[in-house]
Amino acid sequence: MKEIVVISGKGGTGKTTFLGYLATVMKDKVLADCDVDAPNLHLMLKPKIVQSERFIGSKIATIDDTKCSGCGWCIPACRFDAIQSTGNPCLGRIKIDADACEGCSLCARICDNGAIDMKDRYVGDWFVSDTSCGTMVHALLEPGAENSGKLVAIVKQKARMVAMDQGLQLILVDGPPGVGCPVISSLSGASIAVIVTEPTSSGLNDLERVLDLLHGFKVGAAIIVNRCDINVGAADSIERMAMERGVDFLGKIPYDDILAEEMAKGNVVDDRLNCPAIDAMRQCWERLSALLEEL
Amino acid sequence: MATDNGGDSIRIAVASGKGGTGKTLIATNLAAMTDGSLLVDLDVEEPNCHIFTNATSESEEPAHRPVPKVDDDLCTLCGRCAEVCEFHAIVVLPKRVMVFDELCHGCGACTMLCPDGAIEEKDHLMGAVIRAKGGILNLLYGRLKVGEVSAPSLIRRVKKALPPDTVTIIDCPPGTACTAVESIRGSDICVLVTEPTPFGLHDLKLALNVTRKLNIPTMVFVNKEGLPGPDIRKFCESVDMPIAGTLPLDRRIAEIYSKGGLISSLPEYAGVFSELRDRILKEVSR
Repeated sequence: MKEIVVISGKGGTGKTTFLGYLATVMKDKVLADCDVDAPNLHLMLKPKIVQSERFIGSKIATIDDTKCSGCGWCIPACRFDAIQSTGNPCLGRIKIDADACEGCSLCARICDNGAIDMKDRYVGDWFVSDTSCGTMVHALLEPGAENSGKLVAIVKQKARMVAMDQGLQLILVDGPPGVGCPVISSLSGASIAVIVTEPTSSGLNDLERVLDLLHGFKVGAAIIVNRCDINVGAADSIERMAMERGVDFLGKIPYDDILAEEMAKGNVVDDRLNCPAIDAMRQCWERLSALLEEL
Repeated sequence: MATDNGGDSIRIAVASGKGGTGKTLIATNLAAMTDGSLLVDLDVEEPNCHIFTNATSESEEPAHRPVPKVDDDLCTLCGRCAEVCEFHAIVVLPKRVMVFDELCHGCGACTMLCPDGAIEEKDHLMGAVIRAKGGILNLLYGRLKVGEVSAPSLIRRVKKALPPDTVTIIDCPPGTACTAVESIRGSDICVLVTEPTPFGLHDLKLALNVTRKLNIPTMVFVNKEGLPGPDIRKFCESVDMPIAGTLPLDRRIAEIYSKGGLISSLPEYAGVFSELRDRILKEVSR
């Protein structure tokens, strides 16, 4: 089974736009949206949810005021500054900041009065859906929740199971921005990472860090420069950099008002759209398709 | 003003759900229009503010997080450490204990609860805290070591270095997960940058859930106005969310940004940022 993961480093470079196009031209694949804290692919593909599951990501400390003596031993022990004294016994002596708690259970283990309990923490949902471009696995993390990496792992695992059930050999993954925990999780098992970048100083800076990450995890990369005409010089340097680093270069996509308008309306962009950006995307897909043959 | 900031400090978080809506554009230009302010880049996975500062020098301090180190001579292989590790970062083998540093959250449970005192903590490099000096902007930022997963720890570390009595403008990471929350938490006000696309609106709603949960006053900045997407102003009106400012869809802005420049130096856009600054300060003083 092959997995194509589309990432960007910098957000907003056009990852989901290109992935939406790929979804329309690639056949026999399962889609996975691994940007679980701000998923967008569903806005284009308008999926019909067929399965929905709750995700219990970790634990959370809760305090029983009737057992707490207010000794405060747990406060300095918490490395995440998640436990504070209320300064007001009427409110309970100690309070736990749910957003800061990472669920390590240390406080519960050291509390002499057994006043702290670790409860299951619901951190989001994951879904299997039907779309016009095939089955899609996606998720939505609760606002501010930990464990986005774990939820990403579940989305990918489920996508593989769906692919096996349907006898498909390809998974197309929309990855999150950045280089941190959810990105690393979305790259696990990747056959190739397609990086959609933009010719800005920020885009270039972020691209280098993503390439370092892929190098470290031994995942092959292929680069696309979106909105290449915003800064032609920078777009050329990215192409040169790809060559110097021995990374495949799939092509450049120009800024295109027609495409921007279609995206702003939330429409799927496919080959029926007659505009320069779609022509460029088609060429990128042809090169990517040839690369996939070799993998 | 938030009680934990102390003194006359004001913390302004610039965040968004969706990436690429213009957080860094707004944060850098707002900082340039706010005398004596400190720009803080907490997008430690992909920090970019330093590109816009023209700094002449940077001072870098390595940032570590604690991970366990097992003393094989004292260890009796009892397995207590693996049992108390909620993150499955410790595996007890027949003859030794293996620690997976990348899974460790540094909670200290294993060290504290080892019955034989066989675990100490050692430093694991997670990135750097950097000050950029001598430029047009005063900048403090964190840079996560590539391959590290401990972005929230590094964000906490950078926040500990925030000076008192200063207006700090924080460029936050995209999304609504723990890194965004850690960056926004403790701010006096949050400006959510969005764009009039279904994606921008969808993620703005997600980000609003975060600032509501954190109980932080919020304003919205609409970038790329003129795209034929959903009406962000109408949405903001419907949820009683003030608009902090707007920028039009203007190719020139993208071109200047692409070269690492500031648009607040253009006469037609300077007013956007001075008005943004004044609106924010007025909202905070309420």
